[in-house]
Amino acid sequence: MTRYAGNPQAVKALVRETEVHRDVYIDQEIFDLEMQHLFHNTWNYVGHDSQVKNVGDYFTTTIGAQPVIMVRHTDNSVKVLFNRCPHKGTKIAIDGCGNAGKFFRCPYHAWTFRTDGSLLAIPLKKGYDQTGFEGSEAARGMAPVRHVKNYRGFVFAKINDAGPDFETFFGESLSSLDNMIDRSPVGKLEVAGGVLRYMHKCNWKMLVENQTDTCHPMVAHESSAGTAVDVWKKVSNGAEGKRPMAVEIFAPFVSPYEFFEGMGIRVWPNGHGHTGVSHSIHSDYSAVPGYFEKMVAAYGEERAKAILDEARHNTVYFPNVMIKGPIQLLRIFRPIAPDKTLVESWTYRLVDAPDMLLERTLVYNRLINAPTSVVGHDDLEMYERAQEGLHSDGSQWVNVQRLYDPHEMEQAVAVTNGTTEWQMRNQFRAWAKFMTMSM
Amino acid sequence: MTSIEIPTDADLVRFVYREARLLDEHRFEDWLDLFTADGRYWMPLEWGQTDRKLTASLLDEDLLLLRVRVERLKGNRTFSQKPKSRCHHVLQMPAVDTRDTSGNVYETYTPFHYVETRLDEQQLYAGWAKHTLTVEGGKIKIRMKRVDLVNCDAAFGNIQLFM
Ligand code: FES
Ligand SMILES: [Fe+2]
Repeated sequence: MTRYAGNPQAVKALVRETEVHRDVYIDQEIFDLEMQHLFHNTWNYVGHDSQVKNVGDYFTTTIGAQPVIMVRHTDNSVKVLFNRCPHKGTKIAIDGCGNAGKFFRCPYHAWTFRTDGSLLAIPLKKGYDQTGFEGSEAARGMAPVRHVKNYRGFVFAKINDAGPDFETFFGESLSSLDNMIDRSPVGKLEVAGGVLRYMHKCNWKMLVENQTDTCHPMVAHESSAGTAVDVWKKVSNGAEGKRPMAVEIFAPFVSPYEFFEGMGIRVWPNGHGHTGVSHSIHSDYSAVPGYFEKMVAAYGEERAKAILDEARHNTVYFPNVMIKGPIQLLRIFRPIAPDKTLVESWTYRLVDAPDMLLERTLVYNRLINAPTSVVGHDDLEMYERAQEGLHSDGSQWVNVQRLYDPHEMEQAVAVTNGTTEWQMRNQFRAWAKFMTMSM
Repeated sequence: MTSIEIPTDADLVRFVYREARLLDEHRFEDWLDLFTADGRYWMPLEWGQTDRKLTASLLDEDLLLLRVRVERLKGNRTFSQKPKSRCHHVLQMPAVDTRDTSGNVYETYTPFHYVETRLDEQQLYAGWAKHTLTVEGGKIKIRMKRVDLVNCDAAFGNIQLFM
């Protein structure tokens, strides 16, 4: 029985002003529609161009449920192709990354394709003479994703023609990416350190919501961050002095409510937003020797300070990406099924900055985002309990009402109390919009 | 246990078996006591990984971080351990790869299967443990335990106990 396909009104009705229906998390049809509409109408992060430095370099990934290949074309531009042979559907590349040379060669019947996807050659081509092959879909080669934008190294793509252009979709939210990139003295990042992959038995949107959920750390992470603080107190005997990096990273998670209220949340149109407007859990990390001097030499003191004073905590790029500018980290919440999400946590090197910054980023990623992370265990336990609990008929609705203001719909951009659930509401309003725009 | 000065191969093998048993029996405090003050537990993310600083790892913990884990497992509000996980090691007979008696360094190599379970879920992991051991105060101690999983770069769910 289809309840939602071709029924935009029913989809819209799942998102109320301050409530969300459980079907957005648990319903298979809604999930399929997300794959078909939401992830086709929005701009999605594909990869970083440092992963495809040289002509022919490629990287395989997904946009929603679609397998794609990001590749450096012979003209040096970055292309995104559907990872599917036009002949019989075989995936052209499955090995993560590599170099295709001047062309891709399908391993099944050796059709070849230029790195923009166009068909180059077919063995025993005469078998297609006088068959009208030129007019076939296959003759067009590997289908490209038509809308691709390389923004300062970050490659985004949109599958559908519907939906806004890149600048309109992201608008001012690009300031968070800018800040992350500007932290390199030469304004350049490179993927580095390896990606952590963590499987979650919950809906992908629970993870996105959690990125701006500032009322859970002091509760859910009492067991991990709280214990870290306690153990350090015991071991150090309360002595003043430099805390180990791990303690610096854990401790702010159990800051009091006032800390999170005061940090602020900023919302932008189309579901983007961030925590940590004035300060964040990343504000008080120890200085890295030699870094500030390099930044001053590159930007001048005033600008260098302005870049480094920005401590934005989590910036959500709707639909399913979060970045942490101050520590050069990006997480992508990949939907696999209504109750299954692969979380990838990527890290970047600030080109021309001290290695210690990457080292700290990797310690953070390991301590917080790995499948072995105690903080990760705290969070996943909550998501999984929610995924199961939502099947209860006690209620059909999830509440996202904290600090709701009936006038907030009139404000596209706002800075407000850091414990608001406005950003979650913002995401769901965008969700309803991009789900139904092509229905 | 009798005081050891220069361990025999049998001492080293017995030590590795005992370590796994302490974990399976949830005797985590006793397990922590097996490490030297600068001991580490390392679980690489990459196949054949050599670097710990600029390459990510699944785990790379000193005693402070290991103690945080052990304390957390006991915590009243550790909801991911309500109910608790259990674990089970099957070790192949450890091989003594290095015996450097003058440097007081001994290395063992132990292929293993490890099962971690909680509620109705049971996960099987396979890998190799490499212990770098030393003798301190008449006891064998762990300087480094390196755990390489055969599928180190796969996407895992929670791994909450110690392999
Ligand atoms: S399936 Fe690719 S060439 Fe036949
Ligand atoms: Fe959390």
